[in-house]
Amino acid sequence: MSAPVKGRPPRVGDAPAFRRALIGVVLTLVAIVIIAPLVIIGYQAFSQGLKVYAEAIAHPDTLHAIGLTVITALIAVPINTAFGVAAAWAITKFDFWGRRFLLVVIEIPFSISPIVAGVAYLFVYGLQGLFGPALESADIKILFALPGIVLASMFVTAPFVARELIPLMQAQGRDLEEAATSLGASGWRTFFFVTLPNIRWALLYGVVLCNARVMGEFGAVSVVSGNIRGQTNTLPLHIELLYHDYQTSGAFAAASILALLAVVTLVAKVLLERHGAGRARRRPALAAPVAAAKTASAEVSS
Amino acid sequence: MKIRLDNVVKTFETFRAVHGVSLEIESGELVALLGPSGSGKTTILRMVAGLEYADAGHIYFGEEDATDIPVRDRGVGFVFQHYALFPHMTVAENIAFGMKVSKTRRDKATIDARVADLLRLVQLDGLAERFPGQISGGQRQRVALARALAVDPKVLLLDEPFGALDANVRRDLRRWLREIHQELGITTLFVTHDQEEALDLADRVVILDKGQIVQQGTPEEVCRNPASAFVMNFLGDTNRISAAVSDGVARLGEAEIPAPGFADGPVEIFLRPSDLGWSSSGAGIPATVARVIDRPAGRRILAMTATGDAVELDVAPETRVNAREQGVITIERARVYAAG
Repeated sequence: MSAPVKGRPPRVGDAPAFRRALIGVVLTLVAIVIIAPLVIIGYQAFSQGLKVYAEAIAHPDTLHAIGLTVITALIAVPINTAFGVAAAWAITKFDFWGRRFLLVVIEIPFSISPIVAGVAYLFVYGLQGLFGPALESADIKILFALPGIVLASMFVTAPFVARELIPLMQAQGRDLEEAATSLGASGWRTFFFVTLPNIRWALLYGVVLCNARVMGEFGAVSVVSGNIRGQTNTLPLHIELLYHDYQTSGAFAAASILALLAVVTLVAKVLLERHGAGRARRRPALAAPVAAAKTASAEVSS
Repeated sequence: MKIRLDNVVKTFETFRAVHGVSLEIESGELVALLGPSGSGKTTILRMVAGLEYADAGHIYFGEEDATDIPVRDRGVGFVFQHYALFPHMTVAENIAFGMKVSKTRRDKATIDARVADLLRLVQLDGLAERFPGQISGGQRQRVALARALAVDPKVLLLDEPFGALDANVRRDLRRWLREIHQELGITTLFVTHDQEEALDLADRVVILDKGQIVQQGTPEEVCRNPASAFVMNFLGDTNRISAAVSDGVARLGEAEIPAPGFADGPVEIFLRPSDLGWSSSGAGIPATVARVIDRPAGRRILAMTATGDAVELDVAPETRVNAREQGVITIERARVYAAG
């Protein structure tokens, strides 16, 4: 948007004072709300030197928390990816009763506070819960152990992959799959050779976001994990614990790992958006018909 | 391969898309399913392909009942309206796809040779390594056809094959498809809403309305003898005028139109613009010229009759006529249908 030409009245909302004020407000808020905390994390983590930072990271409880977080992600992300693909496929390629309802249900974790999910799991798997006694007698530990953490993480991140895929697969329609099948391809072949290549960037985008959320999830996990240091503490829980123990540099060092993860996620996100995943998807979709029209008219003239 | 539909029915939720359609397509025939949108033509095509299952009735391929054979095993080549080319595969890979996934194993050299043959057939020799996004609409259409032909289908099915192309490309491709059909002799069924396309291309035209066949026959039969007012109207521009029959003759102004077999009472008379003429006097319908439209092939007069009907007629380019001029519309041919 160029500055208004001198001598002409500004267009709507284009007056210099208004522009400056608006941009100023936004930049200030970004600085206070987003940039400042991130800078503080980096600064505090290294405030007492690299050695202290390394020691804080190398502490067995911290290492254990990192390990647990990675294991949780390694289980929850693939399962949710498979779930997301299956859900998106079912919703966009089949007609069945309750399709719209399923679409709404998948989105519930987005609108519900994670802590509610955690408490709900307590009532389902806890000792006084629905399956509690049965699980107890079978000697299966779900709460205050890895399965509970994984389940809570999965609940919170269930929509991530599906939500990326559904609009894309809806826009793509069923023609490609029908074409592949009419040419003799089996269902699996159609999926792996036709569907998957066309949704791969959106899928990866969903996986990246899902992973970031699994690793960073606090609320739901804190309820079901029991916060046992060195046993059921994931990285976000461990950070809170360190902070409450007044181990500020340790807390910030552990937090810096999550912040680093955020940066990696951000870079991956930008790279994926260049391939047409996520929000940037709309632009090539708009550009395509124009290009098609151009080539079509080129053929006429040739 | 001969295809026979026997009393096929399809309902979508509450909408009855196809009502008891029976149809025979001879081996090697090129047949058009022609109808307005919502007439059930695409649904019929998709049922022949196996992309939809019929709720009732049977579909035979030759002597075999194909009604319940899934699309994967039915051996049809389907060309989609928007081509449905795999955007992540090159033109050559698109064409080879059917051969690669087929149950009959082919080695790579065989597939490559067949792809090269098909590319030559559809005149796209140099474009094997392009992606669908890098070629024109007409070229995509030809790739889609080559891909469908690659699996040696028993039947070729095309859904609005030229719908997404502009007029000139469309005309060229139509002629070209006709040539390919002559060369390969494959039984072909295509869907269109464009009567010109159907008449230009098909051996036989099947006209559909509201899920039922209203007429079928060669282009000559349906053009010269439309079975109903709907067919008359759908096949081309027409003027409709209400009139009354008495003693087997309908009268429009001074003009008398024989209506044998019609009882005395109201009828509708359909007049094609090209079947009408303009004259300063004589036996015809008195009218006033409202407007004259000039076209490459002639002039079209928009006239208002004395009884208030708007009539369009085509006259030779040399005809001298101006707006507000009075005269009579002469009738060379007319068709009479029962009113309603």
